[in-house]
Amino acid sequence: MADLPAPLPDDTVLTEAGLAPREGGRILLIACGALAHEVVALIKVNRWTHMDLQCLPAKLHLYPEKITAEVARAVADHKAAYERIFILYADCGTGGLLQEKCKELGVEMLEGPHCYSFFEGNAVFAEHLDSEFTAFYLTDFLVRQFDAFVWRPMGLDRHPELRDMYFGNYTKLVYQAQTQDPALDAKAEDCARRLGLAYERRFTGYGDLANAMAKMAEA
Amino acid sequence: MADDDEIILSELSDDELVLQMHDDLYDGLKEEIEEGVNILIARGWAPYDALTKALVAGMTIVGADFRDGILFVPEVLLAANAMKGGMAILKPLLIATGAPRMGKMVIGTVKGDIHDIGKNLVGMMMEGAGFEVKDLGINNSVEKYLDALEAEKPDILGMSALLTTTMPYMKVVIDTMKEKGMRDDYIVLVGGAPLNEEFSKAIGADAYCRDAAVAVETAKAFVSRKHNRPNA
Repeated sequence: MADLPAPLPDDTVLTEAGLAPREGGRILLIACGALAHEVVALIKVNRWTHMDLQCLPAKLHLYPEKITAEVARAVADHKAAYERIFILYADCGTGGLLQEKCKELGVEMLEGPHCYSFFEGNAVFAEHLDSEFTAFYLTDFLVRQFDAFVWRPMGLDRHPELRDMYFGNYTKLVYQAQTQDPALDAKAEDCARRLGLAYERRFTGYGDLANAMAKMAEA
Repeated sequence: MADDDEIILSELSDDELVLQMHDDLYDGLKEEIEEGVNILIARGWAPYDALTKALVAGMTIVGADFRDGILFVPEVLLAANAMKGGMAILKPLLIATGAPRMGKMVIGTVKGDIHDIGKNLVGMMMEGAGFEVKDLGINNSVEKYLDALEAEKPDILGMSALLTTTMPYMKVVIDTMKEKGMRDDYIVLVGGAPLNEEFSKAIGADAYCRDAAVAVETAKAFVSRKHNRPNA
């Protein structure tokens, strides 16, 4: 049986390089780097020592068309070493292609369109989809990595005049908090100010991720 | 691309100016593009020539470099903003002088979706290619699409979606068009980041357009085919 996961590298590493699996478990979780903190927290608190975690670089979210191929490659790389592999990605902008690939590979993935749907709970998120489609969502990770994931890739550091072309149709920023952290709350509020949006904090905890991982742990 | 500190646009020959405008579009220099357009018009250029040879040709280079991963969204937006500046000058002149018309398009982002960057780029490039474009904006219900089709009688309906959660709404629109027996009256083009050709086929669209340049070429090809039909 494997040990509990070692401390995570910093968010920049999770964004750019991801995380190699620490071998020894019989189940491998292949996750988005943006979920690393939450996945490790759930593994630790539940003592799911039979689960190893590999993270793909979180920056793949900037190029969703690459996610499916990268996930498939990771599955192929580790298939022989594990009894079961689970994919901790939702659709994440792949337009159903990731789901198709997972079916083909015989691995299960998370339900829902995005992390901000399953963190809130897919059913709840779907309920307010019609009334909240002008909201821009950030999770804990995305608040911490706001400049790397939003500000710089959109060129707003160099061309702040583009802000309203990107965000002019949005009305508010919803910070879906996975943890109780006043510093992150303040940073998220500042992100809203920089984007010219109203601010709302919504505590979600780990949402459907916790339930999904509990089922995976029993596999 | 260019060291434009040293360049005085009005002193350039026509050919040099057009090439410089391609550079300025590439660099997203709106004021320079507006100045260039004004110079070409003052030199007696037909507005349509200024549009196609300076702006559309320049934007085509931008589109190709975006597709090839040389340029990214912020640069394309800056270029589009510069082109918009030039178009604003040319539009009234094009209406006044007349220009070849390729056809008409109604375009809009689907219900529940507020993302309009791609849709706006397509609309602008379609206008540049000689299409009349009626832009319905964002968050369009099936009723709004159908009302616009009735009112505008376009050749093409364009639908855009950025979200996995909103793209299925395109099928709702197409299915409603089928129910009302009007599907075959229009060319239906769809686009948006999470879409692909399989999805386009599955929902009964005529084509998936991965970017604005492809949308223009696809629209031209379909309109040409439509006009060549015996009963069209």
